[in-house]
Amino acid sequence: MSKRTVEVELATPGVGPRGETLRVPLGVAQQPDLAAEHMLINIGPQHPATHGVLRLVVELDGETVVRVIPHLGYLHSGFEKLGEYRHYNQIIPLTDRTDYLSPMANNVGFALAAEQLMGIAITPRCTVLRVIACEMSRIISHMVWLGTTSIDLGAFTPFLWAFQERERIYNLQEMWTGARLTTSVTRVGGMMADVPDDFVAGLRHFTQTFPKTLSEIDRVLTRNAVWVGRTQGVGVLTAAEAINHSLSGPMLRASGVAYDVRKDKPYLDYETYDFDVVVGEHGDVYDRYLVRLEECSQSNRILQQALDRLPDGPINIADPRVILPPKSRAMNDMEAMIYHFKQVMEGVKAPVGEAYVGIENPKGELGTYLVSDGTAKPVRWRIRPPSFINLSALPHMAAGHLLSDLIAINASVDIVMGEVDR
Amino acid sequence: MNPSVDALRATFGNAIGRALESCGDTIVYVGRDALLDVMAWLRDTPGHTYDYLVDVTAVEYRDRERPLEVVYGLRSLSRRADLRVKVELDSQGDLTVDSVVPLWRGADWLEREVYDMFGITFRGHPDLRRILMWETYAEGYPLRKDFPLRGRFSRAEQVRQALAASPEAHYSLEELSIADAYEELPADMKERLRRGTRGELPDSE
Repeated sequence: MSKRTVEVELATPGVGPRGETLRVPLGVAQQPDLAAEHMLINIGPQHPATHGVLRLVVELDGETVVRVIPHLGYLHSGFEKLGEYRHYNQIIPLTDRTDYLSPMANNVGFALAAEQLMGIAITPRCTVLRVIACEMSRIISHMVWLGTTSIDLGAFTPFLWAFQERERIYNLQEMWTGARLTTSVTRVGGMMADVPDDFVAGLRHFTQTFPKTLSEIDRVLTRNAVWVGRTQGVGVLTAAEAINHSLSGPMLRASGVAYDVRKDKPYLDYETYDFDVVVGEHGDVYDRYLVRLEECSQSNRILQQALDRLPDGPINIADPRVILPPKSRAMNDMEAMIYHFKQVMEGVKAPVGEAYVGIENPKGELGTYLVSDGTAKPVRWRIRPPSFINLSALPHMAAGHLLSDLIAINASVDIVMGEVDR
Repeated sequence: MNPSVDALRATFGNAIGRALESCGDTIVYVGRDALLDVMAWLRDTPGHTYDYLVDVTAVEYRDRERPLEVVYGLRSLSRRADLRVKVELDSQGDLTVDSVVPLWRGADWLEREVYDMFGITFRGHPDLRRILMWETYAEGYPLRKDFPLRGRFSRAEQVRQALAASPEAHYSLEELSIADAYEELPADMKERLRRGTRGELPDSE
């Protein structure tokens, strides 16, 4: 089949005998009619604007998006299957690798679910440390989002500022856990390690200086004409649509639904902290930006309160069946060695039953659904992946927008493919 | 126990199976045929209004006698209440259940994932394709308990298939046919796409 074509009269400008301008005809050419047919283009999986290995097949009418078909699974690692072959504590390293932009919050989410399944109440110090872990993760995740999204939309400077702040949190994270990315900071019933001596002072210094960067980013972006033009009114979802698409986190709140798991189904004593749930109004890309930016300063407030109240005491519960004894005791004390052996070889058994714990991760509600048949390995470990579910609204949001808006909308979802594909 | 369970029993009678509590959450079992009616009722009835679908997933137990369960997490955003609804499916029988996409658009990808991982078919789903595994994945359903951890095929076979995959096979026929360019593809490529075959090495001559 030949392509549809249009006839174009070609001409070249010329000068007449009296010096007047002329249009000299060159004949009629056949050109493909770009407006008459839909074009199919492929974005990704290796493309900087897809934030990972996401592949979008886009049907275009001219420059307008008619349809988006996302293709996932390039980073599928089968974590949920792997979890069925591992003890509960052995699953925690897997959770690092799902949403790898906020590993500590994932560790907390899994540990909370396992503890609910086993009926374990954690110590006060551990509770506060986990809040610190969650809020540090929220800040670094939002900083990555802000940096990469501003690059997508043509602003390079906020990227540098945001990544510098993220670097400071990463240094603290490294101080605490020994790792920058694969933190594995929690254990069932406690933490892998207590914070080192300088940590509290370091984090306090961060919370005092971080608002300055936030206000700089605010000044450079919030009223920036290019930023406003590229984001306002783009990718709008109403509150009813956002609920119907099961969105969560900043995506849901930007559409005006004031639902935050920390307030509405509190865990880790979040109800005792003083912070605001940030809610948008229009549900567009701009509001998602505002919500995430303000959430950073709310997280900063929570961090300050958590540092103020951080109690002394043990980080682990005093149950030798759940918590490994210190190495020195395991090597010198017969009883401690038996517990050590049983935990390592047999794992911690969970009673028959199932537990679902949702926590407010930076991307949205991270749910951990554990089903136990009484053995030391779960029958089913299900991650409710917030960015997977948020991304599923992308075709709906992008239809009818320009191709360049698709990039803005995709960025505003804040996906991380490790979690989308798991 | 969540009061919605008694209201469900009063409305739907025998279609509601047992209900139990685990770790503070109420779980109610619903007959497969009544699922869509029950879900619509839970979503729309004043006083219950479970307007938010948290999750759709499935569970297969290590005990082969136990049926597969499709698990729906429901939440009422206004009342801050949760309810978990389960449908049991005989693992040897018909693994089909009604899709809840007409009620919640958010179920679209979640049901595709359950289909992909467990082989459960959702009747009435607008676009039930594999989502995490590729469309021509032939080894089965990874999260089923009879699926070995390393997959059904040998590592050599998996590598051979990956190397032999032709890039154009990553476009589904549906995607290509919406573009006019489809008509201009070579005849052999169209034929391969129509058959849906991939993983064939070109003849060495």
